Amino acid sequence: MKRVPAPPEQQPGNFAFTPENLALAKQHIAKYPPRRQASAVMPLLDLAQRQHQNWLPRAAMDAVAEMLEMPRIRVYEVATFYSMYNLAPVGENFVQVCTTTPCWLRGSDDVVGACKAKLGIDFGETTVDGKFTLIEVECLGACVNAPMMQINDDYYEDLTADSAKAVLEALANGEKPKVGPQNGRHASEPAGGPTTLHAYTGDG
Amino acid sequence: MPTLTIDGQEITVEANTTVLQACEELGIEIPRFCYHDRLSIAGNCRMCLVEMEKSPKPIASCAMPVGEGMVIHTKSPVAEKARKGAMEFLLINHPLDCPICDQGGECDLQDQAVAYGRGGSRFDEHKRAVKDKYLGPLIATTMTRCIHCTRCIRFATEIAGVEELGATYRGEETEIGTYIEAALTSELSGNLVDVCPVGALTNQAYAFSARPWELRKTESIDVHDAVGSNIRIDCRGAEVMRILPRLHEDINEEWLSDRSRYAVDGLALQRLDQPYVRVDGKLKPASWDAAFAAIQARLNAMGEAKGERIAAIAGDMADVESMFALKELFTALGSRNLDCRQDGAKIGGKHRGGYLFNSTIAGIEDADALLLVGCNPRWEATLVNARIRKRWLAGGFPIAVIGGVASATVDLTYKYDYLGAGPATLAEVADGSHHFAGVLAAAERPMIVLGSGALARDDGAALLDLARRIAQDNGMLGGDWNGFNVLHRAASRVGGLDLGFLPGDGGRDVAGILDGAGKGEIDLVWLLGADEIDMTALGQAFVVYQGHHGDSGAHRADVILPGAAYTEKDATWVNTEGRAQIGRRAVFPPGDAREDWTILRAFSAVVEQPLPYDNLQQLRRHMAGEVPSLGAIDVVAAGDMGAFGMAGSVSAEPIVSPVGDYYLANAVCRASAVMAECSQLYTSAGGAGRAGGATGTDG
Ligand code: SF4
Ligand code: FES
Ligand code: FES
Repeated sequence: MKRVPAPPEQQPGNFAFTPENLALAKQHIAKYPPRRQASAVMPLLDLAQRQHQNWLPRAAMDAVAEMLEMPRIRVYEVATFYSMYNLAPVGENFVQVCTTTPCWLRGSDDVVGACKAKLGIDFGETTVDGKFTLIEVECLGACVNAPMMQINDDYYEDLTADSAKAVLEALANGEKPKVGPQNGRHASEPAGGPTTLHAYTGDG
Repeated sequence: MPTLTIDGQEITVEANTTVLQACEELGIEIPRFCYHDRLSIAGNCRMCLVEMEKSPKPIASCAMPVGEGMVIHTKSPVAEKARKGAMEFLLINHPLDCPICDQGGECDLQDQAVAYGRGGSRFDEHKRAVKDKYLGPLIATTMTRCIHCTRCIRFATEIAGVEELGATYRGEETEIGTYIEAALTSELSGNLVDVCPVGALTNQAYAFSARPWELRKTESIDVHDAVGSNIRIDCRGAEVMRILPRLHEDINEEWLSDRSRYAVDGLALQRLDQPYVRVDGKLKPASWDAAFAAIQARLNAMGEAKGERIAAIAGDMADVESMFALKELFTALGSRNLDCRQDGAKIGGKHRGGYLFNSTIAGIEDADALLLVGCNPRWEATLVNARIRKRWLAGGFPIAVIGGVASATVDLTYKYDYLGAGPATLAEVADGSHHFAGVLAAAERPMIVLGSGALARDDGAALLDLARRIAQDNGMLGGDWNGFNVLHRAASRVGGLDLGFLPGDGGRDVAGILDGAGKGEIDLVWLLGADEIDMTALGQAFVVYQGHHGDSGAHRADVILPGAAYTEKDATWVNTEGRAQIGRRAVFPPGDAREDWTILRAFSAVVEQPLPYDNLQQLRRHMAGEVPSLGAIDVVAAGDMGAFGMAGSVSAEPIVSPVGDYYLANAVCRASAVMAECSQLYTSAGGAGRAGGATGTDG
């Protein structure tokens, strides 16, 4: 789904990094040779987005452009290219449900249905209380624990309709649900338990 | 020098040539969209696919460098199938709206679809639609037609030097635009229309007004600045529909500045289409005879010494032939009060090298250091500026600026060292005490460019002398290199200087004429399209305005003689390099207006001083006899460098560019609604604010 930039009335007039983030930004810039500072554009945009309720206003892109001495359009290109940058406000919990083939084969339709029902919103929408935004994404690289969803920085894996609902419920109540597989398995170990001798003896 | 085989023919080409270029050398046409000779290679449209032996799949010939022993097939089934495939993909999302598309009839996509595409489409899904973008008042967009070749982005970034266009989003959602919906801040933006291979970017001012096959095309010369860009004037009936650039490698390459392209509507507005005579303070339409009689009566009233009491000033768009005829007429009437330097530039004289752009425009590419004095080339000569940028991009080209731009923050589309605003800095460079003097001294082919803003000052001659000294002391005048350059901005200027449209012995220059008119010593002033002088200074003088637009000159006039605009006459102009070029008539002047030299010829008969030519050929022969350089078309002869300029004291005033508003520089622009809109948007207070920053409104 195309990310439409926030309308002018939602765009803040200016943006400045906090002192902590400015220090981090400088660290990123220092990783690259002189006059190649534009290479730091992606981490800086990410910092800006984290600082600004998980979305990138134009003022932030402009601030990054100025810091890296890049033409603004080159920053807009990067920010619009990568779907991880949000161009308009999102809910406190940014729910991205994977619906690519492996997740889909493993029941992402149920997960999607559960999320929509629980939150009362469709893809691309934000709940009225501003707590959740729901979107559909392509493979997030956790197919081994399919189906899965990402909420802010955390992955919730091996979902079912119920466990997805439980995660959202916990977040709605301000709790911090356990991240990772929701079906009890550890990381991406075989679903039915260890299958090798080493694993059995517990030293591998 | 690798040798390769293309369609069975062997060819040896320079290393670093691409396969596509090698094919072109053999005259084999390769279809393309994203590839453009003057832009970097993108390789994204895939239309140029050809078959290369030993390669598992077809290669993009525009991006593939040639290799020894390559065997290329451009017409094999593999190549043809690849093209058909690429074309089918391009057409998937391209609308079938050719009947309502302005590019229709001159569209690369249309032509190549016919030549290389499949007959029909196999795509049954919905096509995508893209919102149109705002790029300013000059360019109409229909972004659904865009094929993402990125030529426009590369043009803006590389040639125009404004990094404002980009490709945002990705994949099927890719969009071309500025993202922020702001007008492009380039004086070269009209060229985007030419580089766009489809109808995504079209000429806003020409929207839905004609089809290319209805147009009559006339090759001519642009006169909106002194660059002498080659243009093609497209007309339908009596109307100029649009103006396009024409290739001239040594001048404008294939680009055109926006003013030259978009002031067309001004050619039809505010026109003087019949003679007028002022009766009881009001201009009244009159016949040619009555207009001539009114002037003659005034002349007769002056009695014997009338030569002293009459004067002529030529404007910035005047052609050589009419200036020549006017000069001869005034000489015959005994007058030496002639001047073609409306701005009062302290320049001219018998040494041509002293007022030409001697390095030539193409020669900028050979230079290795540049000092700009008192000019803003971006506004005064946009395509010279583009050439400077081109040279700067190639690297190893230090550029310094003295005056001309208000401050170091003005964007000239290249980086420069702002040395200072005033003549004092120039003097420091001249005496070698400034650090940039060292840069010039170390360079092998350094250039100095003196703008008309520097010459039009009271201390213009002294500045000219300083510039000359800098040139002399830094090896700019040695051997085969001449680095001394004057950048003019009036198309008429060099021609006027060449033929000596200047005060004769004891004659008055523009300031003297205005002064005399104010004091009642000059009774009659003949303005040949001169609008940029202070009309209030003309006092009680009887003013004859010969020109094409109802601008300030016509408002002040006592008699108006309607002349022809540059699109309406066969005439010669000499550009800032000293290159004489012939413009051709595309349409007839409106109403009773006439080509300018014929008006002067007719009047000369009325006052019984008939000029000795009855047609243009005779005039030109006569003129070439007097001033041979005006008969040598499209040649740049080396200017001789005798003494010019005059040592003297300089004032401390900063040197400013005379162009206050790029979009309103002359009477044609001032009549154009399109230019008014641009001026409003870009240069007036609160506008986006572009390069420049000088004040004043004269052209
Ligand atoms: S607008 Fe025209 S030039 Fe620009 S990318 Fe699209 S097709 Fe190419
Ligand atoms: S398919 Fe869902 S994470 Fe890969
Ligand atoms: S012309 Fe070669 S890929 Fe576009």
